[in-house]
Amino acid sequence: MTKVLMKGNEAIGAAAIQAGCKYFFGYPITPQSELPEYMSRELPKVGGVFLQAESEVAAINMVYGAAGAGARVMTSSSSPGMALKQEGISYIAGAELPCLLVNIMRGGPGLGSIQPSQTDYFQATRGGGNGDYRMVVFAPANVQELVDLIIEGFDLADQYRNPVMVLGDGMIGQMMEPVEFKTPTKRDLPEKDWATVGTGDKRKPNIINSLYIAAEDLEAHNIRLQAKYKKMQETECRVESYNIEDADVVIAAYGTTSRIAKTAIAKLEKEGYKVGLIRPITLWPYPFDEFKKINPNCKGILTVEMNNGQMIDDVKIAVEGKFPVSFYGRSGGMVPTPDAIIEHVKKIYGGDK
Amino acid sequence: MTIVFEKTKGLTDVQTHYCPGCTHGIVHRLVGEVLVELGVLDKAIGVAPVGCSVFAYNYFNCDMQQAAHGRAPAVATGIKRVHPDNFVFTYQGDGDLASIGTAEIVHAAHRGEKISTIFINNAIYGMTGGQMAPTTLIGQKATTAPLGRTEEHSGRPIKVSEMLATIHGAAFVERVAVNNPANIRKAKKAIKECFQIQLEGKGFGIVEVLSTCPTNWGLTAPEAMKWLEENMMPYYPLGNYRRPEEVE
Repeated sequence: MTKVLMKGNEAIGAAAIQAGCKYFFGYPITPQSELPEYMSRELPKVGGVFLQAESEVAAINMVYGAAGAGARVMTSSSSPGMALKQEGISYIAGAELPCLLVNIMRGGPGLGSIQPSQTDYFQATRGGGNGDYRMVVFAPANVQELVDLIIEGFDLADQYRNPVMVLGDGMIGQMMEPVEFKTPTKRDLPEKDWATVGTGDKRKPNIINSLYIAAEDLEAHNIRLQAKYKKMQETECRVESYNIEDADVVIAAYGTTSRIAKTAIAKLEKEGYKVGLIRPITLWPYPFDEFKKINPNCKGILTVEMNNGQMIDDVKIAVEGKFPVSFYGRSGGMVPTPDAIIEHVKKIYGGDK
Repeated sequence: MTIVFEKTKGLTDVQTHYCPGCTHGIVHRLVGEVLVELGVLDKAIGVAPVGCSVFAYNYFNCDMQQAAHGRAPAVATGIKRVHPDNFVFTYQGDGDLASIGTAEIVHAAHRGEKISTIFINNAIYGMTGGQMAPTTLIGQKATTAPLGRTEEHSGRPIKVSEMLATIHGAAFVERVAVNNPANIRKAKKAIKECFQIQLEGKGFGIVEVLSTCPTNWGLTAPEAMKWLEENMMPYYPLGNYRRPEEVE
């Protein structure tokens, strides 16, 4: 298939439709509104339904209903809207329903701004809603990867009966890049024999539920969920790394920030610095093991984020105190420059070479 | 021997958790009977959100989804849009529908969502132990209105049927009570008409059922029926507020 030039937000919609998603429930919010707009145009053409809900709260609950009824379904939003969806996400995780969630992040807290940001790392990876739940969180760094992960995300959701989140920043959503829509590897997905589609007078009623009033029942449910999350940790973790066995300094960055880090690393290499990169593609499960491969004589890890330091917590867990971990970030919609990253790397080196 | 009455197949054969004298049991039976009589039990999908009826998934003998507090109309919307040929209903209380879920019920009606809602109005939060609801009457005591509700502090109780009847997409709106056999028969007739509206694709339908909560009202079951008649029925007039002929 040939490559087409597409804006990130629209590419998400095209990828979702290619993945067989027929239902989209959403609410307008910048910088992701091109996605619901695209779905309102394109879903009716494939016999699907786009519905603009009265709120993000309603949208995620429509997703709950549709997912419980066996559909391939998604919603999208941006940071403050994603905050509103957390109640529904917790119920979806508790009731074990598959769906795809897209968060095109903007600056916060509160109404914040509409500029790109990575402020929802905690919200996405720590479970923004109540209760002990987890979900796979993809952090694509370009539009092609975004498309690939959207398509795969639906399969993962079905495979584990769990929500999957694609976490992009405003830049990924707004930028145009050439993309190719590849057919994903076929997975053996389980039948949705649990879905509420009417008994047809052929079986006992199916019930979609996250309520377990007896303590021992809820604990047993939680143990089952944790076993599922453990399996996800073992099999779904993804990471890209560069030159970490030989690096004096390793940068940890994801999404848009990782691209800026790559530019900085290329410049630093020309000046003779040895700088590696760990780019988590899944923010949960986090690629902790990758950090074990780092050159034991590495001088330090620099975490670069478009926020005030969130992923740095996972980096510290990953290095287990073996290396000093420092942070450079911009927030509020400000984007780190390669030169600023270079300056911070040189600081770890102890100044210019 | 001729069987003159038997338990509806619309309900499962389990004991409910409802308090003695609570009218949920009557309404459950009516809904179950109507599902069977209309021949839609096998394609029915019900949604019961948080509140006393949260365990309704154990009682209705059809596919069920448990929903977050107030969100049943949104969940039902998701289901109905995926399966337009199935019969989809919500079963909600007044704390749920008239307080935390006002946006969801208003907009389901506003879209003319082809779902049916059973709305239990007992003027109190039952499940959480008798707190004030938007439907609690002036002067009525509740655990969060220990001296009784005042208009100055909490406003007048909200009249859901009257409000929803102003919305074009609400094709059927009726308020009934289950305080005596005659009214129970009327309630069943209203539920049936409401469900038929959905089957005919005419839009959103709701039946508000004035119900009792002897436990949290602090009354015996007969006293509670009397209280409903003397206090709720004058403020919440029974009757049809909208049916399809009135929908332009």
